[in-house]
Amino acid sequence: MSDHEYVPKSKFGKWFNDRLPLLSLASHLTDYPTPKNLNYWWTFGGILTFCLITQIVTGLTLAMHYIAHADLAFESVEHIMRDVNYGWLIRYIHANGASMFFLAVYIHIFRSLFYGSYKSPREIIWIIGIMIYLLMMAAAFMGYVLPWGQMSFWGATVITNLFSAIPLVGVGIVEWLWGGYSVDNPTLTRFFTLHYLIPFLILGLVVLHIWALHVPGNNNPIGIDVKKPSKDTVPFHPYIVIKDAFALLMFMIVFAFFVFYSPNILGHADNYIEANPMVTPAHIVPEWYLLPFYAILRSVPDKLMGVVAMLSAILILAALPWLDTSKIRSAVFRPLYKQFYWILVVDVLILGYVGAMPAEGLYLLVARVATAYYFIHFLIILPILGFKEKTIPLPLTITEPVLGGFPDPIAVKKNESLN
Amino acid sequence: MKNIFQIIYITILLLVGTYQVNAEEKIDLLKVDWSFKGLFGKFDRSSLQRGYQVYSEVCSGCHSMKYLSYRNLSEKGGPEFSVAEATAIAANYEVTDGPNSDGEMFLRPAKPSDKFVKPYDNIKAAQAANGGAYPPDMSVLIKARSGGANYIYSVLLGYEDPPIGVTIDDGVYYNKYMYGNNIKMSKPLIEDAVEYSDGTKATEEQMAKDVTTFLMWAAEPHLEARHKMGFKAILYLIILTILVYFSMKKIWSRVESEV
Amino acid sequence: MSEKKIERREFLFTASYAVGAVGVGAVVWPLVDQMNPDASVKALASTEVDVSTLEPGKAITVLWRGKPVFIKRRTTEEIAEARSVKMEDLKDPQKDEDRVKDPEWLVMVGVCTHLGCVPLNDKGDYNGWFCPCHGSHYDTSGRIRKGPAPTNMEVPKYEFVNSNTIKIG
Repeated sequence: MSDHEYVPKSKFGKWFNDRLPLLSLASHLTDYPTPKNLNYWWTFGGILTFCLITQIVTGLTLAMHYIAHADLAFESVEHIMRDVNYGWLIRYIHANGASMFFLAVYIHIFRSLFYGSYKSPREIIWIIGIMIYLLMMAAAFMGYVLPWGQMSFWGATVITNLFSAIPLVGVGIVEWLWGGYSVDNPTLTRFFTLHYLIPFLILGLVVLHIWALHVPGNNNPIGIDVKKPSKDTVPFHPYIVIKDAFALLMFMIVFAFFVFYSPNILGHADNYIEANPMVTPAHIVPEWYLLPFYAILRSVPDKLMGVVAMLSAILILAALPWLDTSKIRSAVFRPLYKQFYWILVVDVLILGYVGAMPAEGLYLLVARVATAYYFIHFLIILPILGFKEKTIPLPLTITEPVLGGFPDPIAVKKNESLN
Repeated sequence: MKNIFQIIYITILLLVGTYQVNAEEKIDLLKVDWSFKGLFGKFDRSSLQRGYQVYSEVCSGCHSMKYLSYRNLSEKGGPEFSVAEATAIAANYEVTDGPNSDGEMFLRPAKPSDKFVKPYDNIKAAQAANGGAYPPDMSVLIKARSGGANYIYSVLLGYEDPPIGVTIDDGVYYNKYMYGNNIKMSKPLIEDAVEYSDGTKATEEQMAKDVTTFLMWAAEPHLEARHKMGFKAILYLIILTILVYFSMKKIWSRVESEV
Repeated sequence: MSEKKIERREFLFTASYAVGAVGVGAVVWPLVDQMNPDASVKALASTEVDVSTLEPGKAITVLWRGKPVFIKRRTTEEIAEARSVKMEDLKDPQKDEDRVKDPEWLVMVGVCTHLGCVPLNDKGDYNGWFCPCHGSHYDTSGRIRKGPAPTNMEVPKYEFVNSNTIKIG
């Protein structure tokens, strides 16, 4: 694994390491050579690990008090909020933690898009990442159902009904998912089971994600291959550890503001009304992190095609390493791609915004244009751009541009601003 | 490249435009400078006690509060009645207990550990008694309405005659702030509907403010603890962040000097 | 090794895989099927509804199998409106006559066929129902007229026990 053979100093350490090379693994992780020009956008990997662990720990403790039964779930959540020692704190961390998790994952994904981190030889890291993202959405969706409020119930109804769009077997699948003829107690108990399971699946994928990362090593803001270890790299500990810690603390300050001062702002008021299968709330809105996909779903007038469009919007990301034909990774050296990148960012924000609005009139029109552009970006612009774009010449090493031997002064400036 | 910026500019304009169209439909709620807002927000203890009085004398005839117990009234961060007072309040109500040794259910005075007694046994009974509309449970009502405290306050004071041209069914009232403007509940607060024991004048505004404060506490009983802990936690995080920042500078200075 | 021997070996391997797969399938199926509606859910009997107090033009909603069912006593205008629609104008063509047993009484599962929300009565562009979730409009016969829903609202199995009582299921 490591570039140099690690030999423990103590006799016991050597004995142990020969039988289970845990110490070698620890040594690999601490010495792991990392490009020294990683900027703060690279700290979100560590932040996401923190988010996952926070969710698992708070989730485990909440599960000690929560009751997964249609008649008792809402009450048990109120019991947690009122009577359990620090229950309110743990629940608010867990609920807002989901939002913070998605905030971080979106930054992580868009960092990858900007710096071309999904490109060869990192396709597998990227695809595992997409799988994690899909599991996160499943976990978040099922978690949102557990308090058994109005949004829980109707969100579950709407999302599970997506499967009824499948021809022939759709209705059968939906009833299988529900364990009945509507969302009800059997649905709640199985969602709780799966919500409990999925984080551990994610944890397993995260191990693979990091393993796959440690084979080629990190990408970096310049996007060139880095010889490691070399003048261009620093050992993971203490350099990256301390930088990640600093960024994580900043992130935690934001997190704490939500938990302590606006714990319900990211939620929906209707979810404090107990589930009622007879009444649908006036506006069914998913959590903010699913809004762009919700907008895509609603922008297609046909039921089956809407579902297909929404799923494709996510799955298209898995094909990205092959849709992007450019050999240059970092957008810093791709002047045209950089423009299109920012348009995509705006496009996704627009989708998120119209996803929260009623699907009618101008909103619907905007949603359709934005949906079309989303697919055009990945299916048309990216493949063509790789062939047409005139890129800026790459430096040979990370150190070189700083030393002044770099041919393009504009890129030097950009480089510095990234550090 | 200019085109691209134009496109972005136009989309932003479009967004702002649609937002404004949407905003026009909403009407502004009455705003109160609540004592429980802000970093150090706390409940006004006497307002909470008055609010409980309004709830028990005006609202509790129809609205349940099934997640609260009488003991909560004497707990820290709430109205903070004394334990004796909370026990006395509880004793005014009767709850069903049992079965006793004969296998019979029996009535007994409520204890502080009992939940607030509900005005109706179930939702159907509540609907039957209120012309088909279920008076919502008030335990988390503030959090269940998107305008929060301001919305509840506004609805309490939003009764007026319907505008010309708007007809209203029998048994329904016009309320300026209610979603859809139709409300089944008749105007609940009338001046001097309660007699405050602390001598505060029971104006409509005063009662609305007190009962809204009480409902906010009911929905968020640990609000004060949360605000207090939040301040400490964030202060701690900021100090640690500063320490880590300088440690980071120190560690990275080794790399910077090598270059 | 002779060819015959190799053949026999291949056969044994294939047979082992096949028999093994049957065993795995037999174990997996109960694990999958346990999620399907269970006996107690399926046994949820039919619902009988007393409709004697319902006035023309009004509707009630009852719960059947965890889903709302709309029972509407239609006015003559509403019946006429439902019957005057041309089949070409319908997304899911179905005559009003085929959707009701007695034209005055419309009984249907009050679940939008798009994504399962409960449509609102007396709303929408066709004086029927409007689904607040994604904007599907239904007419006075509960047929889809506009919006993303693919089909008309479902008519459950029901019968008139007597002139005052409808039995659903």
